[in-house]
Amino acid sequence: MDALERYEPILDDFDAFRAACERPLPSVVRVNGIKADPARATAALEAEGVAVTPRAWNPRVLEVDTAKPGNTWPYFHGWIHGQEEVSAVPARVLDPDPGDAVWDACAAPGSKTTQLADLLDDSGLLVANDDNLGRLSALRSNAERLGATCVAVTNEDARRFTAERFGIDAFDAVLADVPCTCEGTIRKNADALDGAGREASLNIAALQEDILRRAIDLTRPGGTVVYSTCTFAPEENEAVVDSVLADEPVELRAFDIGLDGSPGLTAWDGDEYDASLAKARRFYPHQNDTGGFFCAKLEVDR
Amino acid sequence: MSENVSHRFERLPASPEERDVEGRPTRAEVLDYWEERFGVPRDVFADYTFWEKGAGKIWVSASDVPDGLAVESLGMTFLRTRQEHWKPTTNAAQRFGRHATENVVVLDAEESRAFVAGEDREVAWDGDWGYLIAAHAVERSETANRASGDEGPASHADDHETANRASDDVEPLGVGLYLHGELRSMIPKGRRRDL
Repeated sequence: MDALERYEPILDDFDAFRAACERPLPSVVRVNGIKADPARATAALEAEGVAVTPRAWNPRVLEVDTAKPGNTWPYFHGWIHGQEEVSAVPARVLDPDPGDAVWDACAAPGSKTTQLADLLDDSGLLVANDDNLGRLSALRSNAERLGATCVAVTNEDARRFTAERFGIDAFDAVLADVPCTCEGTIRKNADALDGAGREASLNIAALQEDILRRAIDLTRPGGTVVYSTCTFAPEENEAVVDSVLADEPVELRAFDIGLDGSPGLTAWDGDEYDASLAKARRFYPHQNDTGGFFCAKLEVDR
Repeated sequence: MSENVSHRFERLPASPEERDVEGRPTRAEVLDYWEERFGVPRDVFADYTFWEKGAGKIWVSASDVPDGLAVESLGMTFLRTRQEHWKPTTNAAQRFGRHATENVVVLDAEESRAFVAGEDREVAWDGDWGYLIAAHAVERSETANRASGDEGPASHADDHETANRASDDVEPLGVGLYLHGELRSMIPKGRRRDL
């Protein structure tokens, strides 16, 4: 039995799910609005003989018929960034306004950070943190190539992060795209399921919960926190959000970004979760031909 | 005068009177440089802050944060100063070079490919020697050309205009050093591409 078998009870089409997990991912890029619009990026890609198909839910997300979008002019210009389609979800859900102060708690290698910078119109303050110094160099080079100037990069433990030194009391919005078991990346990483399972998920859940609590602590009243992972495991998703709902001043908010998904679970493996967890979204590989993803939108109400 | 503290981002002084670190350029000098060398209007940078971290390494940021912040990076690396000839970074040239009107050398397709690969080339340039912004004419897709020609006979005259506009549609690639008839590519190794 492999690590995906235990999800059969929560999937309405388990065979389609399994089949999608076996297929390689389509090659997808995100257009970087700081330097180009989709029409300009599309024209330049087509001029190089690369066919482009925009995704209906987000015209900035383009499927491209090259396995190496990094070897194109638009990439060199910083007009596009290779980003898995479903990884473009949480920044859209957070949806910051230009001028906002935003914290990206676990930011490397920076696909979501640079998407947030784009949504901010490259204004305000976007603090991109990661505890892994090696991965931060990729974040920094991506941010510079994409022309993001509103990003400040830090190398700290997110659980002990502070806001005051940036001249603010709290952030308007926080993305907690936490480290996880990455089961949902099985289509690009063949070994993604090695060691995966309930035990592995329970082992990492305490860290995830601590990061989410810090994210809530550092968000202003009325501000938004998005919690996301690229794993299917409810222990790392609904269970973590359920724990903080019990004693943190937050409420789940429904969202619809035009991508097929399933509601968050309200029960799993003998545990019951708060009914509002149905407002979270699970994105399975067979629903949109993407990787797997979990995303919950929380509003701080203190 | 105090010393440059290399692990903190220290705000550039507005003017020489406010300078308290030896050799640190002022905000006014940085804006003067971009205006005089490349014709970039000062108001392009009105909403940006400028910082030094590392001797002569100037950063540009869209954010207004307290002075002396100890972070890994703040905005993007922008300009090398504290050397005889100041040099913009590749990424600054790409980000702000579209506003440049002077000392921009427009490369053809082959020259652009060589430049991005990090190769030096003889180019036709009768302007100043020193650091230039290298830009290339962006190619238009077949589809886009067809679309503009599909509007009927009236658009025939427009075709030429469209072509002119397309050839004017240049995108900055980075910085080159022009010396003795040759343009030396300053694209850093990690940014080079074989396109």
